[in-house]
Amino acid sequence: MNNNAYKENLISRRKEYPEKVFKGIFLLSALVSVLSVIAIIIFVFSKGLQPFFGEDAYSFLEFITGLKWDPGNDVYGVFYMIVGSLLATLGAIVLGVPIGLLTAVFIAELAPKELVAFIKPAIELLAGIPSVIYGAFGLGVIVPIINEISPTGQGESLLAVICVLTIMVLPTIISLSEASIRAVPKSYREASLGLGASKTQTIFKTVIPAARSGILTATVLGIGRAIGETMAVMMIAGNNIGGLPTSIWSKVRPLTTNIAMEMGYASGRHQDMLFATGVILFLFIMVINITLTKLTGKLGDKGRSK
Amino acid sequence: MSDIIKFSVSDLNLFYGNFQALKNINMKIAKEKITAFIGPSGCGKSTFIKTVNRMNDLIEGVRITGEITMDGVDIYKDMDAISLRTRVGMVFQQPNPFPMSIYDNVAYGPRIHGIRKKNVLDEIVEKSLRQAAIWDEVKDKLKKSALAVSGGQQQRICIARTLAIEPEVILMDEPTSALDPISTLKIEDLATELKQFYTIIIVTHNMQQAGRISDKTAFFLNGEVIEYGETEQIFNKPRNKKTEDYITGRFG
Ligand SMILES: Nc1ncnc2c1ncn2[C@@H]1O[C@H](COP(=O)(O)OP(=O)(O)OP(=O)(O)O)[C@@H](O)[C@H]1O
Ligand SMILES: [Mg+2]
Repeated sequence: MNNNAYKENLISRRKEYPEKVFKGIFLLSALVSVLSVIAIIIFVFSKGLQPFFGEDAYSFLEFITGLKWDPGNDVYGVFYMIVGSLLATLGAIVLGVPIGLLTAVFIAELAPKELVAFIKPAIELLAGIPSVIYGAFGLGVIVPIINEISPTGQGESLLAVICVLTIMVLPTIISLSEASIRAVPKSYREASLGLGASKTQTIFKTVIPAARSGILTATVLGIGRAIGETMAVMMIAGNNIGGLPTSIWSKVRPLTTNIAMEMGYASGRHQDMLFATGVILFLFIMVINITLTKLTGKLGDKGRSK
Repeated sequence: MSDIIKFSVSDLNLFYGNFQALKNINMKIAKEKITAFIGPSGCGKSTFIKTVNRMNDLIEGVRITGEITMDGVDIYKDMDAISLRTRVGMVFQQPNPFPMSIYDNVAYGPRIHGIRKKNVLDEIVEKSLRQAAIWDEVKDKLKKSALAVSGGQQQRICIARTLAIEPEVILMDEPTSALDPISTLKIEDLATELKQFYTIIIVTHNMQQAGRISDKTAFFLNGEVIEYGETEQIFNKPRNKKTEDYITGRFG
């Protein structure tokens, strides 16, 4: 009723029409991703949980603690894959975060402009390279090198995976850390330098601590990237059928490659078990995302309180 | 009575690229006195105060000619910027505490300069906060973030942070422009208190403030020092017409 005056106005009504259409288009677009996520969750979980219920159920405990994957003999253990995935991710982060952070500091604080103009596109290119190319690089360059130096005489290994993943997480870590370092107010740097701190002291005692939530976010995203990487890793991991990795020279079989390698031909319970592997992976990604939301939430709070 | 000279500035020129921001400045700044810089916006007060602790070194394309000596030593030729800045502290226009606890803010300088012992740091932090007249207000929340107190308190924490490096000189660039009148008075009292031990240079847009607290005043205009003398004289019997116009508010 109280909208009448406005509704009678023809000009407004004409404007209102595309308004509504656009709103619908926005909503529809948003629904595509939301519905996709829901569909994927339902699909993966229903397929992936199936083998652990009903008669002839496979023991979930054996699945989650098993050290052997042998579909031919109805043996499905993924614990050694979980360990492999986690170690590979840990390695990539332990190497990638310091390298990435120092690179970010260099770009944001120290490097002359001409050098930045060269480094930044290089890093952006690194981010755009398809992962199969990383895998090929790993197979063609890193694996042969490890072949030479490894006591096992075997190039496909945890170390090879860590090397390639480290390179792959660098762009994420560098660009996000750089952005958060650049966002540190100039006044903090001035305050530090004004107290007689050197440039290096200012970077390590003021700039990096002030940028820490962004750097942490970068790290978590890097973890997500590393744990979910499939193609590159598959080509260099060795993909053993069982046994915990005992050193960096050991072969590993990350969760992702387990799915990718066998899904093409698997059927029945074998296929369901691959989905079950997917469920495990999904849980990891979910933990990472929740951490991320917490982190960015904190970041937002900080911005507001200032 | 004759003053002891802390800084002696001769023929100082400063260029930002092609733009000359300071023109042929000659000035002697007295030890353990308060010297105020006044003048309209953009006349070069901040630029000049920053030449004294070489903060201008950080800006690209800055060129400086002439000489500034502190206790007779050329601060550009015979001293490195880092040791200069530990002797010449600075308080900025906007309170800029680090996003850390109050304690860590004040302990920042001493830590940078190698003091690690907890009891020594505790002592410095308390002494500096007391000197900055903020101890009673924050002594129960030293571990709390320095960003979680009022602007006036933040500014006094910043002053404490500067005092903690035990400088000889304190530069203050409009330290009260972001503060309410009560906080402003507190900081003015503080400055008068501190001048027994420190040489203070303060930039201010507030004429009353310059009149209240300073011993000497310099009036800047377009990068030049138009008049410099005892504050009494500048405010009561300015020799230059432009100075008079400015302090009486008749300025352009
Ligand atoms: N980094 C810079 N690059 C180029 N020009 C600058 C820079 N900083 C200041 N200037 C110029 O130098 C002149 C003096 O600036 P300065 O900041 O010293 O003025 P001020 O007297 O402190 O003014 P205010 O009272 O507004 O703070 C101004 O014309 C300003 O535009
Ligand atoms: Mg200024």
